[in-house]
Amino acid sequence: MDDLDRRLLNRLQHGLPLVREPWVALAAELDSDEAVLRQRVQALLDDGTLTRFGPMFDIERLGGAFTLAALRVPEERFEEVAELLACMPEVAHNYRREHVWNMWFVLGCASYAEIEGCIGLIEVATGLRVLNLPKEETYHVGLHFPL
Amino acid sequence: MSLLTQQQRLQLCRLLEEGLPLAPRPYLLLAQQLGAEEQAVLAQVQSWQDEGLFRRVGLVLRHRGLGFAANAMLVLDVPDALVDELGDRLGKVDGINLCYRRPRRLPQWPYNLFCMIHGRQREQVSAWIEALLRREGLAQLPHRLLFSTRAFKQCGGRYAAAPEVAHG
Repeated sequence: MDDLDRRLLNRLQHGLPLVREPWVALAAELDSDEAVLRQRVQALLDDGTLTRFGPMFDIERLGGAFTLAALRVPEERFEEVAELLACMPEVAHNYRREHVWNMWFVLGCASYAEIEGCIGLIEVATGLRVLNLPKEETYHVGLHFPL
Repeated sequence: MSLLTQQQRLQLCRLLEEGLPLAPRPYLLLAQQLGAEEQAVLAQVQSWQDEGLFRRVGLVLRHRGLGFAANAMLVLDVPDALVDELGDRLGKVDGINLCYRRPRRLPQWPYNLFCMIHGRQREQVSAWIEALLRREGLAQLPHRLLFSTRAFKQCGGRYAAAPEVAHG
């Protein structure tokens, strides 16, 4: 990744201008060439630096229900429980965190009733209690990584 | 200017879920696929953005691969009467990427305000957060910093690329 990639990624985190020829506008801002910028984005997608380029949908507005959930997993069972969750398509973003509640993940389903069903399933399968922390209010969403 | 039919809107939404085509005139390319005019597609996309269906035409970065390995979830136990005001305030702080209110689950879980902070080095992130809490007069509030130490791969998660539901 060179200086142009960094400037491009920092700029694109704020969004591509909504105009007919967005790359021309961006090239003028970044003092570059529109075709070069598109090639750079394609290369960053190809090498996995980017996992998506396009509209960032508010998936809750598209329908569906989400929650942040946590488990207190005994150390000797950590791998087993992580593998179980890895195979559930409703589970995303599973992280180990430093706390007695040591496994944190997002559940995404079509409805909140399905979320509750999914939590019940995890509790039965693991014998562990799930901490269910659905979002009550959003104060800020704006992932930004200065490069 | 002609507007899109309901069928075309649905089709456009499906196409955009795949991402924006990397073309000189991406909205013209989409319009050709729909049998619509470029201006109608652009107007529809603008209107969806204004309505908040999406926030921006942007990107999802694999941030861990770029060195953002210190990802902290700051959780605070804020009195109910103050949580909205404080959430709004912390949400405006440069460096806090996500800020949400979630329920307490007593006695197991006493915290109701959640902030995500991403950085390159753990010590740096910890020091930044402690300084922030002192500056905002919040250091006396019960709080914890939960760093993530490992990310688990999912087989086929439907929502893995949706950063707004992520917590790190």
